[in-house]
Amino acid sequence: MIGLVVVSHSAKAAEGIADVAAQMGGGNARIVPAGGEDGGIGTSPDTIREAIEEADDGDGVVVLVDLGSAVMNTELAIEMATDVNAAIADAPILEGTLNAAVETTSKKATLQSVVERAEEAREYRKLN
Amino acid sequence: MADVDTQRDAVIAALDNVAERLTAEKSYLTDLDSAIGDADHGSNMQRGFSKAAEKRDEFADMDPDDIVKTIGTTLISNVGGASGPLYGGSIMFASQELDGGITAETSVAFAEAYLDKVKDRGGAQVGSKTMVDALVPAVHTYKKSIEQDDLPPLEALAKAVDAAERGVQFTTPIKALKGRASFLDWRSVGHQDPGATSTLFIMEELLATAEEYLDGDVERDARAADAVRRDE
Repeated sequence: MIGLVVVSHSAKAAEGIADVAAQMGGGNARIVPAGGEDGGIGTSPDTIREAIEEADDGDGVVVLVDLGSAVMNTELAIEMATDVNAAIADAPILEGTLNAAVETTSKKATLQSVVERAEEAREYRKLN
Repeated sequence: MADVDTQRDAVIAALDNVAERLTAEKSYLTDLDSAIGDADHGSNMQRGFSKAAEKRDEFADMDPDDIVKTIGTTLISNVGGASGPLYGGSIMFASQELDGGITAETSVAFAEAYLDKVKDRGGAQVGSKTMVDALVPAVHTYKKSIEQDDLPPLEALAKAVDAAERGVQFTTPIKALKGRASFLDWRSVGHQDPGATSTLFIMEELLATAEEYLDGDVERDARAADAVRRDE
């Protein structure tokens, strides 16, 4: 099963988004939050790398990110993670994670299909 | 440059000088960052380079390129924010260019690899109000001075530092297009970029170290210390 990692500057945000998405994934999705830096606001490549390795069961990992250093630190974490096939989805972090969580529970899910489902969330309109 | 022992000493001396300088400029960089960022650039850079400098015992038997690589990985783990991957990741990546030792040729390759990685990772161009505004003129000047104008490395580095300084000045009147500062839109205008500034400080310390190890002083067009002087 494709794993998911939620990277946010805020540990609370990452955990909260993972909680909401886990519910959407019917409790089966593998979602690991990676938020904050040293208990504060920020992102850390080491924390993200550990989360990526934890979320991987061999099928690969899709990472959802908030902004700025979350993107750069995730790119670096993917380079540092050993033997994990991982990709970043260019998607709004909450909506993208929900979409991705639903997709990972599909039997036909691939790394690419999870990334695509996550990125479809960019098209969401909340008002008409 | 000379033998491997001298190169190792020079790298460690450069690291010490950079760590000391960033400690001295910590509040200044944080002040710059508080205007258009999240007010942690000074403490982040100070922490990262000081942690790296603390590893001097590990460096005793290492080749210069491995020391530079270790400095990069230490920055990745200790600097935080976007500066960790930008400074640390790029130093780590570029360190492989120093595999054959530190020469005029490999230092140009290092500088170019560092710049490429920063641009690639951060997606910034000249005019985005980032460290790239200092780095691009510095690296291009260094490369041209060595490869086309046939200047000695020390003189080339001095010209590069001058170019970086003009790049830093160029960041003040422009609008930020990248990073936290870009969310401020026009409110970022009128503030000097902290990343370009710390890049200049690092380069100045590389020059000071090179002056010590390459035997001799060089004239600079302008003294960056004057250009970035704050009210005290």
